[in-house]
Amino acid sequence: MHTYKPFGAKAILIEWKAIIAKATLKDILEFKDKINSQKSEFYLDYSIGYNSLTIIFKDIILDFNEEVEKLKAIYTLNSTIKPAQNFLWEIPVCYDLEFGIDLEEMSESLNLETSEIIKTHSESIYTVFFIGFLPGFLYLGGLNSKLFFDRKPNPRLNVEVGSVGIGGEQTGVYPVNSAGGWNIIGRTPIRFFDLEVSNPCFAKSGDQIKFSAISKKEFLEIENLVAKKSYQLFKTVIND
Amino acid sequence: MIKVLKSGFYTTIQDKGRVGFASLGVPVSGAMDSYSSDLANRILNNSLNCALLEITLGGCKFQFLSKTTICISGGDFSPKMNNQPILLNSKILIQENDILSFGKVNFGVRCYLAVKGGIQSDKKLGSRSSFKNITNNFLIKSGDCLPISNLKTTLESSKTLVKVNKNHFEYKGIECFKGPEFDTLDMHQKKTLFETEFSISKDINRMGYKLNETVENNIPSILTSAVLPGTVQLTPSGKLIVLMRDCQVTGGYPRVLQVSEESINRLSQKTTGDKIQFVLK
Repeated sequence: MHTYKPFGAKAILIEWKAIIAKATLKDILEFKDKINSQKSEFYLDYSIGYNSLTIIFKDIILDFNEEVEKLKAIYTLNSTIKPAQNFLWEIPVCYDLEFGIDLEEMSESLNLETSEIIKTHSESIYTVFFIGFLPGFLYLGGLNSKLFFDRKPNPRLNVEVGSVGIGGEQTGVYPVNSAGGWNIIGRTPIRFFDLEVSNPCFAKSGDQIKFSAISKKEFLEIENLVAKKSYQLFKTVIND
Repeated sequence: MIKVLKSGFYTTIQDKGRVGFASLGVPVSGAMDSYSSDLANRILNNSLNCALLEITLGGCKFQFLSKTTICISGGDFSPKMNNQPILLNSKILIQENDILSFGKVNFGVRCYLAVKGGIQSDKKLGSRSSFKNITNNFLIKSGDCLPISNLKTTLESSKTLVKVNKNHFEYKGIECFKGPEFDTLDMHQKKTLFETEFSISKDINRMGYKLNETVENNIPSILTSAVLPGTVQLTPSGKLIVLMRDCQVTGGYPRVLQVSEESINRLSQKTTGDKIQFVLK
């Protein structure tokens, strides 16, 4: 079930029940694929949230109800379009204390060994719900509740690109240097936003992420390959 | 080429922005006051997609290294060519080595310097609009050389100028639609929203304008969802933020209002201490 709301003069917000759920994401992505398959010149862009899909129109919407009826018809299309293929991406992360600058503090507060934090963080499979906040910043679901940890009261002015952090019930990777209040537990040499490649962000909604622990030496090797654009990310096709 | 002799307070390259990349988390950007930037391009017979300079409160100085025609629209910061005052909203023929400077701020916050054929900086994701981590340049710096179109200009300086309605700079009403979470507000909150004369805080930039006065906030935050330029967010402290052109693509604060495109343009010409009032469209 979903509802439609006008969002200014040029957008329609489609909302699902306010929960974070993979079933909702699946419904959103199928709807998005059906809308894209229309190749309509009237739809300019779309934006995905945990329980929402916002359709941005090229021109001012003259008749909201009429546009909603069109979208409803698209939703019910018994489409044969192939959904976008989703992948599980393996992201190497170095959890050395040099990069994981908040690991020790988290370890103390959570009463967990740093090795246990690393193991827990790198054994889960995370779902990419959507990209927001910064170009290439993935909103990931699936953090083990043992690792829930409040954001820092005073955000850092600069968090290094590639930093892997935990903020409340979420984990994520900083795609660019940015101010940020998440607790930093490691760093990946992988770039989540790179304008020098044709697809600036390799991951998309519906993909999955698994972090794998690497040594400082491996980090430097991969970093070097990434700089030369010759590092091949390991990915597997998701069949659901 | 345009040589930047003095960069000014906050000068960026802008066009109509990046569209189609919200799903990568890329903001739209583009000229804050697109009414004025469009006008400058129109007067030069440019395409509305031509990139121009967005100049905040003047303070900058440029030298033109080639012949061209320019037009300045938007705020009035007493522009001068080789120390002689020039008109806003008018075609100005430029000779090699002419120097453009600005003086006293008369009205407005942003002006647009358009050149015939547009600024030819590199396009990233379909746009030349300055944005950190996307374009090479974020703020224009002294010493920069900005490539401009080599189109042989046949335009002459004109003595005529296009009249701009002063309301664009003076009217305090900000027209808006109900935002997605508007109906979670109670009668009293709605009343406060429309009856308060809000003042613009010191916390303003191309991403958003924070307002000083508060609206009592007892409504929960939302699951992260789309925000757009013009979205008015109600923060936990009760302060409102009007999101502007460089805003993020998603947010978690309730979206109580959505400012109209025309009013985003007008708000862009206001600054700290200016008063605004929301008016439902």
